[in-house]
Amino acid sequence: MNILVYLIPAALFLALLGLGAFIWTVKSGQYDDMEGAKWRIFMDDNQDDHIPE
Amino acid sequence: MSVGDTEVNSRDRGCPTMGGPVAMPGAAAYPSAFVRNEDDGLAHLDLLVRGARCAGCISKIEKGVNAIAGVQLSQFNLSTGKLSVNWVPGAADPGLITRTVADLGYQVSPYDPGEAEIERDKQGRFLLLCMAVAGFAAMNIMLFSVSVWAGVNGEMQDTTRVFFHWMSALIALPAAAFAGQPFFRSAFASLRKGKANMDVPISLAVLLALGVSLYETMTGGEHTYFDAAVMLLFFLLIGRWLDHRLRGQTRLAARELLSLQAATANRLAEDGSVYAVQARDIVPGDTIILWPGDRAPVDGKIVEGRSDVDMALVSGESAPDLAKAGDPIRAGMVNLTDKLVIKASARTEDSLLAELTRLVEAGETARGRFVKLADRAAQAYVPIVHTLAALSFIGWIVVGAGVHHAVLIAAAVLIITCPCALGLAAPAVQIVAVGRLFKRGVLVKAGDALERLAEIDTVLLDKTGTLTLGRPRLVNAGEISANSQELAAKLARASRHPLSRAIADLAGPGGVAKDAEETPGHGVEGTIDGVRVRLGRADWAGVEKQDENRSGLWLMAKGTEPVHFIFEDAMREDAGQMVAGLKARGLSVEMLSGDREAPARAAAAEAGIDSISFGLTPQDKINRVEALVGDGKKVLMIGDGLNDAPALAAANVSMSLASAADASQAAADMVLQGEKLIPVLTAIDISRAGRGRILQNFGFAATYNMIAVPLAVFGFVTPMIAAIAMSSSSIVVTLNALRPFMIRRKT
Repeated sequence: MNILVYLIPAALFLALLGLGAFIWTVKSGQYDDMEGAKWRIFMDDNQDDHIPE
Repeated sequence: MSVGDTEVNSRDRGCPTMGGPVAMPGAAAYPSAFVRNEDDGLAHLDLLVRGARCAGCISKIEKGVNAIAGVQLSQFNLSTGKLSVNWVPGAADPGLITRTVADLGYQVSPYDPGEAEIERDKQGRFLLLCMAVAGFAAMNIMLFSVSVWAGVNGEMQDTTRVFFHWMSALIALPAAAFAGQPFFRSAFASLRKGKANMDVPISLAVLLALGVSLYETMTGGEHTYFDAAVMLLFFLLIGRWLDHRLRGQTRLAARELLSLQAATANRLAEDGSVYAVQARDIVPGDTIILWPGDRAPVDGKIVEGRSDVDMALVSGESAPDLAKAGDPIRAGMVNLTDKLVIKASARTEDSLLAELTRLVEAGETARGRFVKLADRAAQAYVPIVHTLAALSFIGWIVVGAGVHHAVLIAAAVLIITCPCALGLAAPAVQIVAVGRLFKRGVLVKAGDALERLAEIDTVLLDKTGTLTLGRPRLVNAGEISANSQELAAKLARASRHPLSRAIADLAGPGGVAKDAEETPGHGVEGTIDGVRVRLGRADWAGVEKQDENRSGLWLMAKGTEPVHFIFEDAMREDAGQMVAGLKARGLSVEMLSGDREAPARAAAAEAGIDSISFGLTPQDKINRVEALVGDGKKVLMIGDGLNDAPALAAANVSMSLASAADASQAAADMVLQGEKLIPVLTAIDISRAGRGRILQNFGFAATYNMIAVPLAVFGFVTPMIAAIAMSSSSIVVTLNALRPFMIRRKT
């Protein structure tokens, strides 16, 4: 059962990573426009993609 | 889905795919007063763009604005309609940005966010963070709790169990301290006022459960409620966040009112130069230039110019009047045809528009007193829960169980009765209903508006613009030759007058007579193929006046017979069907019109309405609404004009149309997106179904309590049972909310 001493902190650390990622998405405003996001996938212009000419 | 489908879809949704330019109010033409210089060295402008609904719209707006030289970044938020633009100061002209958006066919106005709104945005994010933290903690604590429950029959050593309890405490205590803030604060605030709201038993349950569990952990006890306490917070926060999102829709209303006030005016300085200033900075005595399409920001008097003025705000009539030097002008009137110079006689705060805003706000405050179903349930619920917990505590002491055991039982009672299901029941149903109505073309701005709509018994309808299309339509197009129509259209395209617009809209895009010139109050004149042509009033066009038809235009080309264009404000196609549908639902229908008796009676007869009032001023409409509300009626008001806005705000629940004036869209609880009135019936049906569903969910919650509470009171509830009972009731309620509505069709 001594393994728990390592496993539990490891598990908690991974879970905290997930929570941290979620907090980052909230802070960076990714939930501010829930309507727009679903439409943006239909936009053809990929201005940020570097497609070779 | 291909790009082609997107196009079709955007047409269905009423996006301005034609891309025809739209009129811009003064504030939009000169938005410089709203440009902010940010810390990052960029100039920043927020604009409110209306009419955008799909991918094509986002892409058109962003691409169009990004293409302007100097603009660094433009980002459009479809949910809020806010377009944020950044540029290097001096490198781009803010006026060009608004003009670009208006030319794409979207209504645009500068957007001035209030402090209150920024605060609410922050609150929304905070709730989301609390929810995330509570969710994270609940899941991780559950890993330990399940292990403890599984090992309860001696498989787990006591030291391991205590270790697991400590780990749970380590997660639960900080998580609850953070995620519980919304509840603790609200409970504290309400206790200080000497009242108990829903958050008091919630906070008490969470704190008691955590305290008892910590004590148990320290003394090596068997049962802890860390998982239940945090899970409780998680479920409740989901409900809170959904509720906040619903209320977020209301912010749209406040924003549109704000954007009305965030108007600019063109002030004429003594040296003859013109400055764009914010309307609220205007003082009496200022000279203001009003271009065609501008709305007068303040009351005043015309010193120079002659123009047709849209007086809809005052009279509710769509036919414009001629205004000339010396005439008074009131805030909110729209200048249609020619430049006017006016002298301000009042500040914006003292003007009609501000008065209207105050009336709307007063109505909204009154409506704010509406007590939601969930709150009504809570009012009955809170005392019962507290009494139960206290009684079981005393009861177990009397039986001789000892304080420790009695406290554990009381904590269990509080946890099991905690209103997770109640907190989720209403917002979950409303989110679903609002989403469904949005797809059917009804924008719901407030979640509780659906609850209010479900209770109505009386419907008041405005005539012009609501039962009718609110704009003149050429009725004798069949009798007029194509050639004459084309001639008229070439002149009409040069004018903003509603009758000209009707001709131009019918003819579609095309050429304009080269030297077309408009004489306000009379008509348009121009040369087409070398012939002078006039389109306008009979006496002006040179026709012997034959009848008293006010809404007619005459086309007179030199050397030909004059042609008569007759207009009529046509009824909406489904007006009669809607009225019949309302009656079939047991509602009494009444028409309120600012119009004269004859057209009002004619329209009422055509729509099938028996009870009508006509010749009403905006104040009369409010009085009528208030009289009905005073009699205990639940009133739905449907209207569109600026003059309807206060009445819309005064009614129990109100609807407006997408073509309506900004203020009435802002004052209404719901906005119908298309040209049709039938969605009114859909909205009523869905709101009634939603109310039924909410009550059903309350029923589930009550049933669950009836089973679980006796178990808790008599001490059979272990932490495992509490966890299972709590989550299962919440899941049942949520699933029931998500189940599609069944609506029985009545016409």
